[in-house]
This record gives sequence, C-alpha cells and structure tokens, in this order.
Amino acid sequence: MADHTHSSHHITSRKTYFFVFAALMVLTVLTWLVAQVDLGWANDLVALTIAFTKMMLVLLFFMHVRHSTRMTILTAAAGFFWLAIMLFYTLTDYFTRGASVLPVLGK
Amino acid sequence: MASSPLTDTHGHGAHHHPALAHQFDSLDQQKESSTLGMWLFLVTEIMFFGGLFLAYVLYRGRYPEAFLQGSNTLNVWLGGLNTAVLIGSSWTMVLAIWAAQVNWRKGIVIFLILTMALGSTFLVVKAFEYHHKWEEHHIPGKLGMFFNSPFQFAGDEPQHVEIFFSLYFIMTGLHATHMVIGIGVLLVLTILAWKGHYGPEYYNPLEMAGLYWHFVDIVWIFLFPLLYLLGAHVH
Repeated sequence: MADHTHSSHHITSRKTYFFVFAALMVLTVLTWLVAQVDLGWANDLVALTIAFTKMMLVLLFFMHVRHSTRMTILTAAAGFFWLAIMLFYTLTDYFTRGASVLPVLGK
Repeated sequence: MASSPLTDTHGHGAHHHPALAHQFDSLDQQKESSTLGMWLFLVTEIMFFGGLFLAYVLYRGRYPEAFLQGSNTLNVWLGGLNTAVLIGSSWTMVLAIWAAQVNWRKGIVIFLILTMALGSTFLVVKAFEYHHKWEEHHIPGKLGMFFNSPFQFAGDEPQHVEIFFSLYFIMTGLHATHMVIGIGVLLVLTILAWKGHYGPEYYNPLEMAGLYWHFVDIVWIFLFPLLYLLGAHVH
C-alpha cells in the first residue's frame, strides 16, 4: 500500500478548499432554482444529479478520498454499492408487485 | 494525561512520536488504519440512513400528491440557510486540518470553534422549524398527541401527509442527533488542540472527526432537495 502514496503528508491548499466550498454553494442555489420550474419527473433527476455532484466534491476533496489508499477507496465504494443493491432490489420488487403492501398509519 | 504531549509515555525509551500506538510501525500506518476503521463505521451509517431514504422513496411513490403538499409546508429559506451553514461548517472543518498541517496551532482551535458555532447555528434553526411545526399541528401520530398538538392537516389525504411528516421528523431528527454527537466530539478535540496535542506529524483525530462531520453534511445534501424542494414548482 505504501508504493506510491504519501497520503498522510499531502496538504490540500486553502485555495482548493475555497473553490470546493464555493462550488457547493453555487450548486445549492442551482438546485433551488431548478426546483422552481416544473420539469415533471426530470425535477427529481436534476435534484439528485446535483446532490450526487455535491456529494462527490465533499468525498473527494473534504474527506480526502482522492488521496486515500486503495483499500479505503474500495471500502467506501463497497458501502455505496451495497446501498445501491438495497435500493435497486427493493424497488424492483415494489414496482413490479405494486406498493399496496405498504403499511399505512391508522390502518 | 499528566505528562506533556512531547514526553514519551510508553516507558520503553524509544524515540518516536508520543501519539504513536504500540501496535503500529509508523504514524502513516496508524493513520491508514484509523481511516479504514472510520470508513467501515461510515459504511454502517450509509446503510442506516439508506434504509430511511428507501422508505421515503417507497411512500412517496405511493402518495406523490401528499408528499408535495407536506413539502410545501416546510420553510425553504430556513432549509436553504441551514444547507449553507452546514457547507460552511465543512469548510471550516477542513481548514482546521489544514491549520494542523502547517503547524498553526491556534488556527486549529479557531477553526474548530467556528465549526462548532456553525453546527450549533444549524441546530438552533432546526429547533425554530420544529417549534413552528408544533404550532401548526404537523407533528405526526402519538408524538403529536404526546406534545399536546395532535396532527391536523386541511387537505384531501391528511393521513398520507402524516406519513411525509413521520419521515421528515425521523430523518431530520436522526441527522440532528448526529450533529449533536459531532459537536460533542469537536468539543473534546478543541480542548486537546488547545493543549497542543496536534501538529503537522499528528492530527489523526481531527481527520477522523472530519470524516464523520462531512458524512453528516452529505446526508443533509440529499435531505434538502428531497424534503424541502419537492413541491417548490407547484405553489
């Protein structure tokens, strides 16, 4: 693991941190702006794409994943992969059988 | 610890950094281990919050109209303000780590205090929002009755809007709980930083607390559009 990385000593500059912060703020305003327009189902697509982009910025720059070891990157990726499995398989089930089996308050 | 951070507290006379634990060869290896361990914890957190996001998707798919109505009762400005506050706190958190890396020890304390201040601001805004929901009788189920404000909603399907509010309170409540824990962790680190425990060679606890803090930020990055902006186009 120590082949090419000296991850512990990598110092990200204040400038980079500022630009990431600024990008996150701009994307927040953008997601609010897009939400004012009725795009039908695409509203969700755009909102989630922006949220995903913001997440990647936080992961790569603030959480220093881009300077992490491969083992750490694999672990983090596995977490999101398992989340995707949970969402995907549960949704295929509900969308093919209908959501009528969901419990409802007071029933 | 009674001894100064620069004293070898292991008692075997080796000349290494006092923060280096026995079982590691180097501070680098120690940091890699903590990072991996922290990420394993965060993976459990991803699944923890993931289950709630899944519940959100399922119930919203079932009652899309009720979710739009519920979303429109939330204050977008306060939600947006809190998003900005939280992003700002993530920024000051990484600057605390930067300060450690360039050996500006006072800077570590300053940025940690700023991070806690922004985190607290978020919680205060959230408290005002919750109070407003209480006034409007939007607290769902037995919880609403417990707080002497039984759920009421003027609309076609109040029961389904109630489901939206159940998810709103459990998701933002769990998120806020994480913030409280995060501020507690940062408080301890601020005291240790003040005592001079962290510098360019060793700032591991700052990095680990940062991972947790940013993860909580990511959860909010998804909560904001899904809860607050959902019905913004149908005023």
